[in-house]
Amino acid sequence: MIRAVIVMNTQGKPRLTKFYDYMPPEKQQELIRRVFGVLCSRAENVSNFVEADSVFGPDTRLVYKHYATLYFVFVFDSSENELAMLDLIQVLVETLDKCFKNVCELDIVFNYSKLHTILDEIIFGGQVLETSSAEVMKAVEEISRLETASNTITLVPKSISGWRS
Amino acid sequence: MGSSIMDSLFQRSLEDLIKGIRLNLLTEPTFISKSTDDIRREIKSTDLHTKSVALQKLTYLSALYGLDMSWAAFHVVELMSSSAFAHKKIAYLAAAHSFHAATDVSLLTTHQFRKDLNSANPFEVSLALHCFSIIATPHLARELTPEIFTLLSSSKPSIGKKAVAVILRVFSQYPDAARVCFKRLVENLESSDPHTLSAAMGVFCELAVKDPKSYLPLAPEFYRILVDSRNNWVLIKAVKIFGKLAPLEPRLAMRVVEPICEYMRKTGAKSLMFECVRTVVTSLAEYESAVKLAVVKIRELLVDDDSNLKYLGLQALTVVAPKHLWAVLENKEVVIKSLSDADPNIKLESLRILMVMVSERNVAEISRVLVNYAIKSDPEFCNEILGSILSACSRNVYEIIEDFDWYVSLLGEMSRIPHCQKGEEIEHQLIDIGMRVKDARLQLVRVGRDLLIDPALLGNPFLHRILSAAAWVSGEYVEFSKNPFELMEALLQPRISLLPPSIRAVYVQSAFKVLIFCLHSYLFYRETIACSPSSPDNFVSESKCPGSDSAIVAADCQQDEVFNPRASNQSFEDASTEDVEDITVTHAQIPNSASLGKDGFTHESIGNLLNLIEVALGPLSGSREVEIQERARNVLGLIELIKQELPGLVKKEGNFEREGLKFPKIIELMHDAFSKELGPVAANAQERVPIPDGLILRENLGDLEMICGNDQLPTSSSFSFGIPHSKEKVGLPQSKGESSEASTESTSLLAEHRKLHGLYYLPSEKNDVSNDYPPANDPKLQDNLNDDAKDLVKLTEQSLLQKKKPNHAKPRPVVVKLDEGDEAPIAAKKLELKEDLLSGAVRDVLLGNEAVSTSQSNLTDKSSSKRRGKEKLNTDHPSGPKEVLGDVGNPNMGNPSSRRSKHHGHGKERRHRSPRKKEKEREENGQKDKQKSSHRHNRHKSRQRAEGPNNVVTQTPLIPDFLL
Repeated sequence: MIRAVIVMNTQGKPRLTKFYDYMPPEKQQELIRRVFGVLCSRAENVSNFVEADSVFGPDTRLVYKHYATLYFVFVFDSSENELAMLDLIQVLVETLDKCFKNVCELDIVFNYSKLHTILDEIIFGGQVLETSSAEVMKAVEEISRLETASNTITLVPKSISGWRS
Repeated sequence: MGSSIMDSLFQRSLEDLIKGIRLNLLTEPTFISKSTDDIRREIKSTDLHTKSVALQKLTYLSALYGLDMSWAAFHVVELMSSSAFAHKKIAYLAAAHSFHAATDVSLLTTHQFRKDLNSANPFEVSLALHCFSIIATPHLARELTPEIFTLLSSSKPSIGKKAVAVILRVFSQYPDAARVCFKRLVENLESSDPHTLSAAMGVFCELAVKDPKSYLPLAPEFYRILVDSRNNWVLIKAVKIFGKLAPLEPRLAMRVVEPICEYMRKTGAKSLMFECVRTVVTSLAEYESAVKLAVVKIRELLVDDDSNLKYLGLQALTVVAPKHLWAVLENKEVVIKSLSDADPNIKLESLRILMVMVSERNVAEISRVLVNYAIKSDPEFCNEILGSILSACSRNVYEIIEDFDWYVSLLGEMSRIPHCQKGEEIEHQLIDIGMRVKDARLQLVRVGRDLLIDPALLGNPFLHRILSAAAWVSGEYVEFSKNPFELMEALLQPRISLLPPSIRAVYVQSAFKVLIFCLHSYLFYRETIACSPSSPDNFVSESKCPGSDSAIVAADCQQDEVFNPRASNQSFEDASTEDVEDITVTHAQIPNSASLGKDGFTHESIGNLLNLIEVALGPLSGSREVEIQERARNVLGLIELIKQELPGLVKKEGNFEREGLKFPKIIELMHDAFSKELGPVAANAQERVPIPDGLILRENLGDLEMICGNDQLPTSSSFSFGIPHSKEKVGLPQSKGESSEASTESTSLLAEHRKLHGLYYLPSEKNDVSNDYPPANDPKLQDNLNDDAKDLVKLTEQSLLQKKKPNHAKPRPVVVKLDEGDEAPIAAKKLELKEDLLSGAVRDVLLGNEAVSTSQSNLTDKSSSKRRGKEKLNTDHPSGPKEVLGDVGNPNMGNPSSRRSKHHGHGKERRHRSPRKKEKEREENGQKDKQKSSHRHNRHKSRQRAEGPNNVVTQTPLIPDFLL
């Protein structure tokens, strides 16, 4: 399964973190720092895998991709295929690109909750559930519609609120 | 109330917060703590919108800035119950981020989860499932199993796939859920929705990795998917599952090897191709043709420009290497070139492959080339290389080492590599070899001397542990030393003040041993040798080759253990002359310039030695380190005694007159004590010592630790049990011509050093010991990496193809091995209780145990099912151990299923997965009504009863029809 997804910039500031096993926040920060320590020392054009046993425990691998100012990092175990994970990062980035039209770091900074919505459509509890960015987009749009709808409803008295009826 | 309205009106949104943080980059911590104060106020608001925004901000800060948010758990639960989707989403995200096993309020979410899982809005269900997949506790999993069970056959694919995926968490928290949900999970393998199928395969892959045996009966399903599916994600999972199942069932392996090879040949997806390759080399390695194909594919990966593929190719090669060395040979050029790749992953992986190739035939050559690489590499990779050489060579008590003289010299050489940080490991091996391999001791002492004598090494803290080992070895095996005086000077040189106290203590102790040795030799042997009838041989040895004297002394020492010189002086003399002859033969050709002269142990030289020690150790007697102080004082005390009596020692007709003198006796006692041999100690030796009565080991020793913390000795060997010396002559290993060269070199170094610091024998001042020495060994940078690569290619060609062992000039020396427990005992693997429970439950379901029907039929009656679940948990505990698959055929082997089946009247259904039967089940399971399902199980039961007697006869086929 996938253990964690981390998006951080090239200065090591995390932009999105999702751990599929509970991890106390301080521990998460420490892991992110250590991952950054490894990534920033790596040259361009080298392989995208990093041995993560020392950071995340036995039977863990880490794959990352570097886009502009961002690192996309997936941590996973032996139940996943390394190259498939690399593809999955591609899927995530493509989806973000479609969502935000030429995604850049600022989009990711300011759309924290939308990012989670997108990620949750692709990965569920550490399992890959969707790999088509079109499908992800469809679901995300619908969820956003629901969100805005429910937000405007809360401004009127609760008794009326009601797609649920 | 007023403040609450103000909060809602002027609340910062998450976006405001993010902007704020970006604007206050320099004062970020203050800004965040101020925002947290705002959040703490806002989150208490009665207005749910205000609360939700506050919680959203808090989650953001917690996830990205590591803020603690456990205090807000109750607010999360509150917001979960909001009817607004936006609030729910925020709350579920916050819960997924911050709830864990110890969050007590998660108990309060049970009802909300149930409500949302039953919601008509699929997106709400999905939110709840998401959160559930991360935070479900055993309690939640047990309570909500019925809801998950229903969702497993949801008509909406977007829900169905998530319900399937959530099963993983449910099973891990509450294994008994398998009794309820497992069949439906299996049905999802036949789902028409590709996403659901993919999710189901994902779940089975995870389950099979943990406990493959339990899922063997599902092999036909997986096989169908392996053959039929066109989805690469699904195929990867299927291949992974078979990678786990195939080693358990050879017939299964035979069946799947063909389809897997087919995918390997034809697929365009590199990910699937690599998965097939990996599965073949790990799980199907005995299928020659499949492995050949896999190696062809590995080669494709290796020559690819994409470094990812190259890396994975090398990884696969590492797996193939132990069983199929030819695969590495075919690709050796790529492997060796990869050693100088820019990518650290690739370098490391190729190093691993090389280490797999190492055998007794080629260890010397490979190590030579690797050490040359190490000298030129960056510090990190350098130490990787050294580490792998050390671990490969010491594997299984130095199994692959034939020539210990070579290996010991290599250890010495490795110590001098500037980046070397493997001090601890080298220290351990030097001492370990000393204790285990008698024949290596001469070389050990030489290497140790060269290390000790080089003042430059003392400046490198990474080498201190090695120097400690060198000092210990030199002291313990001083009888092999060519020049004990020189050794003593090295042990007492002023720069040892750079060493940490624990190691200086070892130095002092070693100096003590050397002193005792010198005195003992002086008192007891010089005269015997001198007055022994001088045979021609002896004469030759003394005139031509003065170096052999120390060897004679060495031999004498050994003699000492055989014959007590006082008791049988006569025979001793005879034996020693014989020995001298022996030694002369081996040593006659070798000129030993740096060794002790004929008159090494003279009255004068001993006097000088005593002075040297006194001057060097004098200041240490006031040391604040108790270990140093005590040892130094012991030595000084002895010297004082000797100095009082030494003038009384007069030579009389070649023999010493020593009536009335105490110290020769003391020396003899000390010498006897020191020449008792230390042997290796089994790792479990301590365990075998019975604990004496009245000894309380569990008491808190915290205060003791504080007192003793400082004087832990670095050499564990100091604590070993003395193994009575086996009374035999030490065979003197041959010495090599180049060693004398090396020793002259370092002697001149020492001489230079003496010139530099005129006050060599005086205690040094602090300024004197600054680290002004050049590094011990400058890397030879002019060497070309490619040359090395070529060398290695060549040598591996030779050494790997060479089938015959080269004839060694001498046989492999004896290496002392302990019968048991050379390695630390591997702690017995603890069986994971939950996994066990799960596999028990899964097996029950797969083997059609009636337990399924009992808990399933009780689905509607929640209270009773709950109780039952608890009971089951209890009863399953004692019957933990995983049974072997074969045991399932024997119903009375005491596994949970069989035990329960006895209660239910031998209702084991073995031929469970026959296709006809499966169809029937599917029909039955298709009915989603709970009552009907319980009814179905009644039918099920009755049929089982009918089949009961047959089952007793047909016991074996667990994967029926399909394989036979």
